[in-house]
Amino acid sequence: MIDVINLEKQFGDTKILKGVSVKIEKGDIMVIIGPSGSGKSTFLRCLNCMEDPTRGHIIFKGVDIADMSVDINVHRRHMGMVFQHFNLFNNKTVIQNIMLAPVYVQCQDLRRTKRKNLWIRCTNLFKKQADKRELIPVTATKAQIKENAQENALSLLKQIGLQDKADVYPSTLSGGQKQRVAIVRSLAMNPDVILFDEPTSALDPEMVGEVLDLMRKLAKEGMTMIIVTHEMGFAKEVANKVLFIDDGQILESAPPEEFFGHPKNPRLKEFLSKVLV
Amino acid sequence: MGNFGQKVDKFIEIFIAQNGYVRVLEGLKNTLLIAVMGLLIGILIGTLIATVRVIPKYRRLPRILNGFCSFYVGLFRGTPMVVQLLVFYYVLLPLFDIRMTGVQVSIMVFGLNSGAYISEIMRSGIQSVDSGQMEAGRAVGLSFATTMLKIVIPQAVKNILPTLGNEFISLIKETSVVSFVGAADLYVAFSYIGSNSYEFMVPYLVMALIYIVLVLIISTGIKIMERSLGKSDRRN
Repeated sequence: MIDVINLEKQFGDTKILKGVSVKIEKGDIMVIIGPSGSGKSTFLRCLNCMEDPTRGHIIFKGVDIADMSVDINVHRRHMGMVFQHFNLFNNKTVIQNIMLAPVYVQCQDLRRTKRKNLWIRCTNLFKKQADKRELIPVTATKAQIKENAQENALSLLKQIGLQDKADVYPSTLSGGQKQRVAIVRSLAMNPDVILFDEPTSALDPEMVGEVLDLMRKLAKEGMTMIIVTHEMGFAKEVANKVLFIDDGQILESAPPEEFFGHPKNPRLKEFLSKVLV
Repeated sequence: MGNFGQKVDKFIEIFIAQNGYVRVLEGLKNTLLIAVMGLLIGILIGTLIATVRVIPKYRRLPRILNGFCSFYVGLFRGTPMVVQLLVFYYVLLPLFDIRMTGVQVSIMVFGLNSGAYISEIMRSGIQSVDSGQMEAGRAVGLSFATTMLKIVIPQAVKNILPTLGNEFISLIKETSVVSFVGAADLYVAFSYIGSNSYEFMVPYLVMALIYIVLVLIISTGIKIMERSLGKSDRRN
């Protein structure tokens, strides 16, 4: 589904990524580990062009989104992202956080369709009966879009057990709750893949579990996930592919049993011996 | 102090019997009109400029716009308000053969001028919002402009509201120079009363009181607004 070809990223003169190629299939759960400063977060952020890649291609569902001329906003709608620091919209309530993007995007499409219909109607005036073009059907009104989004948001909140928090502001939530709302926010767009950028690193130890549980549930439901994390146990349990990135390069890529059981790369062996005590 | 009472009597006579209050109300209306419209135009221009200045500058268009905006800000912050009024009224209007009243020119100049100041206030406000907010907005597929409008600017405005209030207050007070281009504001009204009675003490005292009351009302309004915008910070 995502095909990364020779991805490079430079900040000024410092090369962060030095040619990364990787293939992600539908349903894959790929965990990326590596020491800090290795470029794993940059790699993840390049995947949805949060950082524009310097060179290379990212083919997402047949389109090269590393190309600066594509409308990245359209493609990002199919790629959720979860941040280390949650980044919930502080000026919106929990349910508004979840509804904002779906409602906005669908209303935008609705306006676009209406505009096109108006144009078709105008041009039809000057055409013969046989040539007249048909109007594009409008599926839902603005009120319906909102209602559907609200229903969807509430059912998502129910799944994570936070339906009673729908109308509070994010500042009143705990870290674990914030992160779960953030995950649900990206789910509300029905993405094909979700990128997790160290989702548990900013959490208290006792809240890590609830977030990992939700991610585990998503994994079981077959969501494609790319996760940058330091939770080795979680990686072992959930991933079907683990990448080790250091110094801007993929040094090892293997299924978790092999990755943790028989690491080949000396740098990875050293890293694992320090991390897995 | 013996004749202070007489002076007050004289003022009251002109104020009420000779319809002085009509002029004062007219002046008050113009003062408020210029300040409020100026502030609204200023917020609009300021927000636009501030947005332009925080756009990432990889491409040429944002860079050109940015250059233009810093020129604009430099121009309007680098000259006194009175000079701007005079230049617009006596240089630019005749040059382009445009007919505008003093009040209209004042509204325009106050808007342009406060736009320059508000752009810097707004920029600091936008930069005070965590960059993660913008990233989160972009990550769910909203455009830069939409995220700015729906997420970043509302939070920025909340942060800069006290400073914005300051700007409004100083606008109200600065309107006292619009008589340079023939706009009848509070100052014009009271100096009319003063020169009719050859007695300036009481009119100018009353004028000062009116300004103070105006400013007090505004600062109370800002406090109320702050409280209502601050509800997303409160833990309850």
